[in-house]
Amino acid sequence: MASASTVEPTRRDFLFIATGAMAAVGAAAVVWPLINQMSPDASTLAMASTEVDIGSIPVGQIVTIKWRGKPVFISHRSPKEIEEAQNVDVATLRDPQPDSARVKKPEWLIVIGVCTHLGCIPLGHQGDYNGWFCPCHGSVYDTSGRIRKGPAPLNLAVPEYSFLTDTKVKIG
Amino acid sequence: MHGHSTFEPKNGFVKWLEARLPILSFSHESFVAYPTPKNLNYWWTFGAILSFMLVAQIITGVVLAMHYTPESTMAFDSVEKIMRDVNWGWMLRYAHSNGASMFFFAVYIHMFRGIYYGSYKAPREVLWILGVIIFLLMMATGFMGYVLPWGQMSFWGATVITNLFSAIPFVGDQITVWLWGGYSVGNPTLNRFFSLHYLLPFVIAAVVGLHVWALHVVGQNNPDGVDIKDVKKDSVPFTPHATMKDSLGIAVFLLLYAWFIFFVPNYLGDADNYIPANPMKTPPHIVPEWYFLPFYAILRSIPNKLAGVVAMFAAIALLAFLPWLDTSKVRSGKYRPLFKIFFWIFAATAIGLGYLGAMPPEGGYVLAARLLSVSYFAFFLVILPVLGLVEKTKPVPATIADAVLAKH
Ligand code: HEM
Ligand code: FES
Repeated sequence: MASASTVEPTRRDFLFIATGAMAAVGAAAVVWPLINQMSPDASTLAMASTEVDIGSIPVGQIVTIKWRGKPVFISHRSPKEIEEAQNVDVATLRDPQPDSARVKKPEWLIVIGVCTHLGCIPLGHQGDYNGWFCPCHGSVYDTSGRIRKGPAPLNLAVPEYSFLTDTKVKIG
Repeated sequence: MHGHSTFEPKNGFVKWLEARLPILSFSHESFVAYPTPKNLNYWWTFGAILSFMLVAQIITGVVLAMHYTPESTMAFDSVEKIMRDVNWGWMLRYAHSNGASMFFFAVYIHMFRGIYYGSYKAPREVLWILGVIIFLLMMATGFMGYVLPWGQMSFWGATVITNLFSAIPFVGDQITVWLWGGYSVGNPTLNRFFSLHYLLPFVIAAVVGLHVWALHVVGQNNPDGVDIKDVKKDSVPFTPHATMKDSLGIAVFLLLYAWFIFFVPNYLGDADNYIPANPMKTPPHIVPEWYFLPFYAILRSIPNKLAGVVAMFAAIALLAFLPWLDTSKVRSGKYRPLFKIFFWIFAATAIGLGYLGAMPPEGGYVLAARLLSVSYFAFFLVILPVLGLVEKTKPVPATIADAVLAKH
């Protein structure tokens, strides 16, 4: 190779790149607040958790409550529904999850009532698996809220919750 | 291209202005002396109709915004107030909501015109792509506008459409939360949609400016698909010829528009949108505005979330690639006997998909939507590339003047 004296970086090249890099960092620092302002604000994030009295929900009934602006289904499952949820070959499911991983107490199923396809609210005690049926594009969920048919990719999500007493749950 | 006349300022003020900002001579070149092909038919008036509709939407929109409240507890009531209390409010709102439908009706005709006569072919690729960008911006604007009255369809349409982004692998959920400004569609969503709904029409106006600029560089296509060779023989000056023809086209279009406003103002809307938004209850049957139905049908025909969303966006994106997918050397469909047949099959496919998009996603409707989706994509990806290689086209006239004389 010939002497590289003519292509050797000069002080000017260095200053040019350093200035350009600073300008890029500055531009990114200005753009970020413009993008990030759209994310949920402090008051939305602070939305408290919800406490629900479940003592009055009879066996076989599904109650819908509102949490973070979304519906949450609380299903007091009958022995038949529990059995249907448990007697499934998990390996055959689209989003494989045993019923035991989705409940804290088998008689209470608590899931977010938002279809994992495009966000509609499924209707309870409907569809081929007697769980939920989404009227928007026909997704079918079973009594454990797991996706069984239709376009939705995932099971109904289980929110964070805890039993405060036997009849009181705290969601969130 | 040389025009039919040149602008000769006589008056002193005009001369003074010309030396500083030659806007009058520019307008003269663009809208008076500009050569328009002699053989244009009425399908060519839809560009002017679209320009008219854009202005109509901006004017009615700006006055509606004087009475509308973009806040989730007040939006619905403010629209009802526009309907009942504001002077002429009902008319302005009906003009705006039906105006959106008229706008899309005109743009679909304009696009089918372009496809039939091969207007996307060289040298009009950039012109065509700018058109596809306008179409996308219109869809975003129409969608966000429909959310503003905050009825049940507004809310659930917004939920379903924003959730399309949750199909993006890995970051989809974060993106939807960012779009919403919360954990579901809510007041922050309504607020930003109003801001963008106000902004985008002006962006559209700017892109329309580029679209017309590109048009005036390459010249208009025409039903015979041959370029102007001799300005005197092949073309006529824009004014009065195109000006008058466009005015007649707009006037007839206005009859239809006025008929919708005054006789069937809610025909194209959905009754559920007169029910205030309820985040706890999904209406039994969600349908988007009619102008989105073909794409909605494609989305629903695929029983996999990501694939459905990809197919829907691909159906729109493919339009931008038409200049390269169509391999035929002959521009106008008038001289392509096989293309003509497939064009009408494609038009029927699009209308059929529109019909199926409004039907419940069950049984035979799903199967039909799948077949038509295949037909839609086949037109772009199989028919157009292959047809150009195998089709035996009819002889194309040498000049526009020849084509016109041959008819008489
Ligand atoms: C590209 C042009 C535009 C299109 C396609 C469009 C479309 C729409 C649509 C479909 C609606 C819902 C109508 C309904 O169901 O009531 C709407 C509402 C609205 N638009 Fe536009 N719009 C456009 C331009 C504008 C502009 C420039 C403004 C100016 C601020 C505006 C302001 C509004 C307001 C305030 C509403 C809510 C009131 C209502 O629902 O009638 N629009 N728009
Ligand atoms: S939103 Fe439930 S099936 Fe599409």
